[in-house]
Amino acid sequence: MITIEQRAEFRKHFRYNIGRRLIVDKIIKITVLGCVALAVVPLASIMYEVFTNGVAALSVDFLTQVPGAVGSDEIGGIGPAIQGTLALIGLSCLIGVPIGILGGIFLSEYGNNKYGRTVRFFNDVLAEFPTIVIGVFTFVIIVITIGSFSVWAGSFALSIIMLPIIMRTTEESLKLVPVTYREAGYALGIKRSVVVTRIVLTAAKSGLVTGIMLAVARISGETAPLIFTILGSSQFMTGLDGPIDALPLRIWRLSSLPYDSAQTQGWGAAFILIMMIFAINIGVRYVFLRKRGTSMLKFKMFGGVR
Amino acid sequence: MMMETMKTPVANVSSVDKGRYKLVAENIIASYDDIVAVKNISMKFKDKAVTALIGPSGCGKTTFLRCLNRMHELTKNAKVTGKVLLDGEDLYSNAVDPIINRRKIGMVFQKPNPFPTMSIYDNVAAGLKLNGINKKNVIDEIVEGCLKMVYLWDEVKNDLKKPGMSLSGGQQQRLCIARALAIQPEVLLMDEPASALDPIATQKIEEMITELKKEYAIIIVTHNMQQATRVSDYTGFMYLGDLVEFGETKQIFENPRNEITAKYVQGQFG
Repeated sequence: MITIEQRAEFRKHFRYNIGRRLIVDKIIKITVLGCVALAVVPLASIMYEVFTNGVAALSVDFLTQVPGAVGSDEIGGIGPAIQGTLALIGLSCLIGVPIGILGGIFLSEYGNNKYGRTVRFFNDVLAEFPTIVIGVFTFVIIVITIGSFSVWAGSFALSIIMLPIIMRTTEESLKLVPVTYREAGYALGIKRSVVVTRIVLTAAKSGLVTGIMLAVARISGETAPLIFTILGSSQFMTGLDGPIDALPLRIWRLSSLPYDSAQTQGWGAAFILIMMIFAINIGVRYVFLRKRGTSMLKFKMFGGVR
Repeated sequence: MMMETMKTPVANVSSVDKGRYKLVAENIIASYDDIVAVKNISMKFKDKAVTALIGPSGCGKTTFLRCLNRMHELTKNAKVTGKVLLDGEDLYSNAVDPIINRRKIGMVFQKPNPFPTMSIYDNVAAGLKLNGINKKNVIDEIVEGCLKMVYLWDEVKNDLKKPGMSLSGGQQQRLCIARALAIQPEVLLMDEPASALDPIATQKIEEMITELKKEYAIIIVTHNMQQATRVSDYTGFMYLGDLVEFGETKQIFENPRNEITAKYVQGQFG
């Protein structure tokens, strides 16, 4: 037992320099805010630069027309690139999201063993793979086999890039769901698979959506793997088995041209790409997370990203 | 040690007429890793009666309760041996799927745990919908009936679409009890259902237990000895993983046969 004398002695050890501690508190607060400001500066300046340089190119024609001939006065658009990027995102999600989520469920719910640990390790390795290697790989196994660059090949490569991101974020979100909800489900005599899909997965929904959005944002800007898989095109899509254009590829092509109009169009295309990712992000969050009420929605959209 | 000289009064269950009891636990030994939390407990639970399990923290009450609906084995590295007979049928025999049994034995947890993404209505309906019942009129009827049984209906009938999480702690716990009742169990296990609640909410839960007793065999783990005397007909006192004494609540509290039981119910240790 601690005696009264000891307790008095212990009390003497506490510091009573409140003034100094309040100053330290303030310094830390200012430092933290300063770091936040520093982190926001690049984002804000990129947005500013892209917008001011590209705004001149923006027009309805720019969004809907095919690119003009290189070096001519004909001002074209980036219609095929927008179409191609949307098609690639859609198809990649169709392949990557279900596999990624199921893989994440496996890692979280059934992966607590040697096999699970192995899968987790190689999944993490895949997440760090240079994407150009994935492009070359897809070129060898799909483009050469089919005999042409295609939307399929591009989506395949992009879905491989999505997979590890979605798997890992799904796993982490599922693990955050308290065990008490699972137990409540089991106690109701619900099968494990149903507990996982209908109770745990819905409870982890916002984390899952965030993971998918991270993956979408990541693949929307990928350029290297597309060179080997969709090649690029100045025409609208003719089918899923032919080459198409994509915004990152178009930005790259336009910005490497020596003409001012092309440079401006490149900035414009970059602005459109950023806005597209932004719009998809907000749209998906609105659709999947709206049931929680407006105030919660705002929180989830702007503050609740893990 | 003192414990070695003690005998559990109901050790020999097999000789008893099983038909008289709703649930019979025989020689339950439960462990986590190498730690034995429940040491060979046998106990019989009557239908339409409340049996309380009391004892100091860490004595294995909750673990034993979780063995009764095969929830214990879901914990990592947990092991159970023994038999639990529901109407004479062993829940631990391989012939029966644990899922079917958990539907017959409802469980209420210490902390209210309504499903976070579901509305009040969906929380009660979860055990029905996710077990394949899809007739809306049947679900409606059960949801209303169960919410009435836990005296929550009048408080929430206009807010059934609101999230279950929007309710107060006491209401959430009654919601969880309604959810457990919705799957039409025959036995109700309650793990300190009122320990996280204030006295008024506790009183409501206790009144409800007394009412539910008319239809169910209820087994309740509690730290609160007054609660045990108020709601239960039978009481088992557990200590260090053993069932020290088991009998009618009145007898356990007023005339305990065992020295340790006497000390515990008098509040000399806890």
